Amino acid sequence: MQDPAHIDLVLLGARPKAVAALLRYFRDLDTAEEAFQEACLRALQSWPEKGPPRDPTAWLIMVGRNAALDSIRRHRGDESLDDDLLPHEDQVSVPERLDDSDYRDDILRLMFVCGHPTLPAPQQIALALRIVSGLTVEQIARAFLVSASAMEQRITRAKRAIATAGVEFETPGAPERAQRLAAVSAMIYLIFNEGYGSTPDTAEVRGPLAGEAIRLARLLLGLFPTDPEVLGLLALLLLQHSRAAARFGTRGELVLLEDQDRRLWNRALIDEGQVLLEKAARHGEPGPYQLQAAIAALHARATTASETSWEEIDLLYQALERLMPSPVVTLNRAVAVAKLRGPEAALQLIEPLADKLSGYFYFHGLRGALLTQLDRPDAARESLNRALGLANTAAEADHIRQQLDSLS
Amino acid sequence: MQYVFLCYHREKEVFAWSKELETDVMAKLAAVEDKLKRQGRLGPVARLMPTSTATTLHKDREPPLVVDGPFAETKEQLLGFFVIECKDRAQALETARELGVANPGGAYEFRPLLVFHP
Repeated sequence: MQDPAHIDLVLLGARPKAVAALLRYFRDLDTAEEAFQEACLRALQSWPEKGPPRDPTAWLIMVGRNAALDSIRRHRGDESLDDDLLPHEDQVSVPERLDDSDYRDDILRLMFVCGHPTLPAPQQIALALRIVSGLTVEQIARAFLVSASAMEQRITRAKRAIATAGVEFETPGAPERAQRLAAVSAMIYLIFNEGYGSTPDTAEVRGPLAGEAIRLARLLLGLFPTDPEVLGLLALLLLQHSRAAARFGTRGELVLLEDQDRRLWNRALIDEGQVLLEKAARHGEPGPYQLQAAIAALHARATTASETSWEEIDLLYQALERLMPSPVVTLNRAVAVAKLRGPEAALQLIEPLADKLSGYFYFHGLRGALLTQLDRPDAARESLNRALGLANTAAEADHIRQQLDSLS
Repeated sequence: MQYVFLCYHREKEVFAWSKELETDVMAKLAAVEDKLKRQGRLGPVARLMPTSTATTLHKDREPPLVVDGPFAETKEQLLGFFVIECKDRAQALETARELGVANPGGAYEFRPLLVFHP
């Protein structure tokens, strides 16, 4: 543990547990974060000389807590001797007594604070990357293509909103725990999509977010190793991430799933996702993440695009529609329907969604593609032009332009 | 004598390795493996998926109990193994040291094989 790079790894690994315990103790995000920073500084000073502690996480919690208490005392000393703001003495021994089940609720709470449903998505993501993952404000700012000061403000606003909303610090009951788990899972999926949605021009700064989301999902699964939806969430992320190397061509152009070079898919990630999904299925409690992972697994299992089992994919999307009705799910099902029953059937399925999805790139993109297949070039062109105006990235826009060119 | 070298490490740490560190460790291990291969001492080598993929069948009861996760909750997890020919314990220890330099942290437990069907 003499090696500073190795110490950094230990600190990174200990971070969620330690900050979570400190948050429970001080009930304030800033204090918990500063306490952890201070503990890390002291670790970097003392571990290379004295050797690492037996339990680095417990050490960091203790040292961080004492440092923060000192700082509060010093601060208080200037103004008054009132000790009301100090945590109660009976709580002082808490970190040493923490067993893994306490940690579990602590870490879940910490992640829930970051993924609090009252926060808008960009704030959730920024806060989680800062607090749980320990990315610097500069790193996060770069990923979101904003200045460091703008990102600092976003994080400060999020913290203020959390303080106002208030967070329950009692040990949660089963329903609260399930609610938190759902919110945290959604937050992790948001982070993943930020990374997954990156294109070659933004891959360097945003791509790592997908890996970070996978790390957080692993952390969550470590806390809830038998929860089928947490198994499903990690499986989904791994299965989607397995295609990362095949999603863009050499010129940075978008390569659709059916055109991807499947030899570029990461077999290790696919296998792991598959195993996790099988473990989840054993519980007989299908949920949205498991179903989406099952769909991704069907794509992953097909050695060529033509071997894809569209019947099963259609059935899984139908199950997903029942569980989580959403026009986007129906839109996705339409792709399977087009393969199974042709473009006309798919078009009929998506026409009723036109109002709800009028501002959605993929709706107009798919509609344009279906109309092209039906040999209705004028209508296709209109849809594709709508899609072009709604493209989120240069790669998406190029893809649509290509389709437009092939019409004329 | 064939020895198995069981690689124990904190899995959360190892699976959080940066790509650079991962590549570096794997390259160093490959160099040690190459040397052992040239000496004709290297047997099967395996790296395991994380313990989250593990299922355990407890067969000490009837019917056996199937549970998610590894057999034991330990601080460090079994992450992989090497089978290597060693003429004695001293050589096995030397080999463990070499592997340890390539892959810091955690521990190698090494034991001679009793039965082996490669």
